[in-house]
Amino acid sequence: MSETGYDLVVVGSGPGGYVAAIRAAQLGMKTAVVEREHLGGICLNWGCIPTKALLRTADVYRLIEHASEFGISVGKATVDLKKTVDRSRKVAGQLSGGVKHLLKKNKVTVIDGHGKLKGGGKVEISKDGKAIDTVAAKHIILATGARARTLPGLEPDGKLIWTYKEALVPDVMPKKLLVVGSGAIGIEFASFFNALGSDVTVVEVMDRILPVEDAEISAFAEKAFKKQGMTIHKGTTVSELKKSGDTVTATFKDKKDKTSTDTFDRVILAVGIVGNVENIGLEGTKVKVDRSHVVVDEYSRTDEPGVYAIGDLTGPPWLAHKASHEGVICVEKIAGEKDVHPLDTSNIPGCTYCHPQVASVGMTEAAAKEKGYDVKVGRFPFIGNGKAIALGEPEGMIKTIFDAKTGEMLGAHMVGAEVTELIQGYGIARTLETTEVELMHTVFPHPTLSEMMHESVLDAYGKVIHI
Amino acid sequence: MPITITMPALSPTMTEGKLANWQAKEGDSISSGDVLAEIETDKATMEVEAVDEGTLGKILVQGGTENVAVNTPIAILLEEGEDASALDDFDPGEGTPAPAPDAEEERGAVKDEKSAPKSEAKKASTEEPSVKTAPPAPSGKDGSRIFASPLARRIAASEGLDLKAVKGSGPHGRIVKADVEAAAKSGSAKASAADKAASQVAPAATPQAVTPPPAGDYVEVPLTSMRKTIARRLTEAKQQIPHFYLTIECELDNLLNMRKELNGRSDDYKISVNDFIIRASALSLKKLPVANACWGGDKILQYKDFDISVAVAIEGGLITPVVRNADQKGLAVISSEMKELAGKAKAGKLMPEEYQGGCFSISNLGMYGIKEFSAVINPPQSAILAIGTGEQRPVVRNGALAMATMMSVTLSCDHRVIDGALGAELLKYFKGFIEEPLTMML
Repeated sequence: MSETGYDLVVVGSGPGGYVAAIRAAQLGMKTAVVEREHLGGICLNWGCIPTKALLRTADVYRLIEHASEFGISVGKATVDLKKTVDRSRKVAGQLSGGVKHLLKKNKVTVIDGHGKLKGGGKVEISKDGKAIDTVAAKHIILATGARARTLPGLEPDGKLIWTYKEALVPDVMPKKLLVVGSGAIGIEFASFFNALGSDVTVVEVMDRILPVEDAEISAFAEKAFKKQGMTIHKGTTVSELKKSGDTVTATFKDKKDKTSTDTFDRVILAVGIVGNVENIGLEGTKVKVDRSHVVVDEYSRTDEPGVYAIGDLTGPPWLAHKASHEGVICVEKIAGEKDVHPLDTSNIPGCTYCHPQVASVGMTEAAAKEKGYDVKVGRFPFIGNGKAIALGEPEGMIKTIFDAKTGEMLGAHMVGAEVTELIQGYGIARTLETTEVELMHTVFPHPTLSEMMHESVLDAYGKVIHI
Repeated sequence: MPITITMPALSPTMTEGKLANWQAKEGDSISSGDVLAEIETDKATMEVEAVDEGTLGKILVQGGTENVAVNTPIAILLEEGEDASALDDFDPGEGTPAPAPDAEEERGAVKDEKSAPKSEAKKASTEEPSVKTAPPAPSGKDGSRIFASPLARRIAASEGLDLKAVKGSGPHGRIVKADVEAAAKSGSAKASAADKAASQVAPAATPQAVTPPPAGDYVEVPLTSMRKTIARRLTEAKQQIPHFYLTIECELDNLLNMRKELNGRSDDYKISVNDFIIRASALSLKKLPVANACWGGDKILQYKDFDISVAVAIEGGLITPVVRNADQKGLAVISSEMKELAGKAKAGKLMPEEYQGGCFSISNLGMYGIKEFSAVINPPQSAILAIGTGEQRPVVRNGALAMATMMSVTLSCDHRVIDGALGAELLKYFKGFIEEPLTMML
């Protein structure tokens, strides 16, 4: 067994791991990344990217269905599920190849295998359960990510009861689909299958869908989804999934313990994630684990000297861009770079690519009020925006929340076309700590959807023009 | 090449001033030492003299312009042999003797300030007053730009924090919300803390309250630099300094007799009651040096000198020239110094070093027959003594009514520095010196 020494070994090559590795290499560290499956991790291969490819198909299909409104006559559109999935896989493959190229370009060694802490600054590499190598590293970043959570009685079987992974490569278009969980993952799949013709039911245990979003946005999205034909049960749990032949009968229980049943031909479980903390050698180290996630400080340091953890393996929000950012901060801190600052998670935008899209940054109105802020709230509807009308996307709104005392933008919440591309404007505003004054002084180009961001701010201060 | 004349800094802490008027006009030939213009700072009017020779080519900032930032080009001087055509493509920003990198910034700030009142006035009638134009960036001790987020500036302004005293933790030391919130909590950056010269800086950081104009006819009186400074500093004092007041009566007859006797001995001096009060104040503080101090946020700064500021009413406001080391000066010296300072003050010719600093102030309205009053502390000082008129009052002496010349004095104290008992003790010493003026001669 050889024992190569590195400055940094990153376990896991998802958006946290590979970005950390590239940044480390840029800073002159001898770096290796250990990956057991796909470069790019879940995000590129089984998450963010392939779902966006599928949802693009839904967008195109939706546009074709409305083609006549735009003056285009087309025949009846049909969906080729295999081609849709193939395209999604090709997109994922292309990006995974891109990551490989980037790692090579930055002279990061890619180690194919499963990485596990071995103590004393060593990482053991195994393949098919057999140890094949050990590498030494001054610093080790764990970036092993997370996987779908399963609930007792709601175990996926990969055939009728899917997790995101099977849902990404469906062999058939489910006629009747149950989606358990209305977070970003559940709602995106619900939106995709619903657009392409499935009869979709969404079950959410909380009293509203997209529970992390602002209540008004949740309500707006729910209304839109119902209009598209989705069935939504809120405040409801799935107590049983009973398989028989090619169908699954689900038993629902509402808040009053009233039960009901319905039969589906496929079920997607999207009830959260758990960190991949097992079999990575945490036993015997000082690394602390809290409810399946590794506990770290503001610079991603675990309690074990020289061992760091980033991304989904650590605390929320569980988002690719959070992982990447943490990776960079962690590495720059290790390298002793100047001017390294901890990540402010309240400035991390969240995006859901359903139709209409949902995006937000900062506090919800309820959270702001709970914290004792005296708030000023602005709202602007898509129907008041020229570009939205021209695009044929009059459905949506932008809501902004300000601290009445200081003018701090506490939060921004959007629902509607392309809002996932808009939200980062407010992300910059929050990161730079602008107040309403600077946002009002900012010139937003006409005609764009972004003008609504301006109007929403104006509305919060009673100066809105176009409503 | 033409020479750019820039707004001079008349004191180390001056950041801007009013270009009151031009003494020279375009086309005048100028020799070194000629008076070009008069600059009005918050407290004094000073002359700008020419350093170089030549012809005044172009005036860039007209007389009467307020808030002209230090280093802003104000005029262009043509050198011998140059004519007006040399101005055509001359950029006054170039060749500035000390083109601080932030000169551009400062100019921006000036513009901002000028436009602010207008737009605010407009807003005032129709909008909620909570929306204010962003205050221009305050600058650091050395005139350098302070990097702070808009939110940090807003919070600092509303909390009365001096950004110069806040350490930034953001990118490249930028001051962010968390820093001002921490400073507000610890109280380490209150504007009055900075230093003795704090009186001269950061005028822009004060939020200007927008009061809607009253109904009816009125004449709008533009604010002078002095009026703005008085408004800002005394508002700051009343908002930030926990004032309390102590009044004591002093019998003046001994002092008046002694004054008469001293003044009768020579025509070289004419000592006033106020001169006695200045000396008595300095000596009282010397007896109680803990009271000769100011609030420093996370510490108390105890002065080593006993410098007494004396409020002098002048046209359009007041100013407080300082009698330095009054504990070490005799009455005749104090008297002549005070006469000179008051004369300069009335003529608007006090130099900054003649009115900046001071540990303790005296405000005397006795000559107007005011019996007693409470004065506002002059930050960063922590006490001011308000002197009432000396008048004959009935007093009880040995159980019988008698007449005496009495004077009521009221001490305003900053409770953060001077507690009640300490203030009372200070007044006890003061009363002792006034009532037995011979002890002042020691």
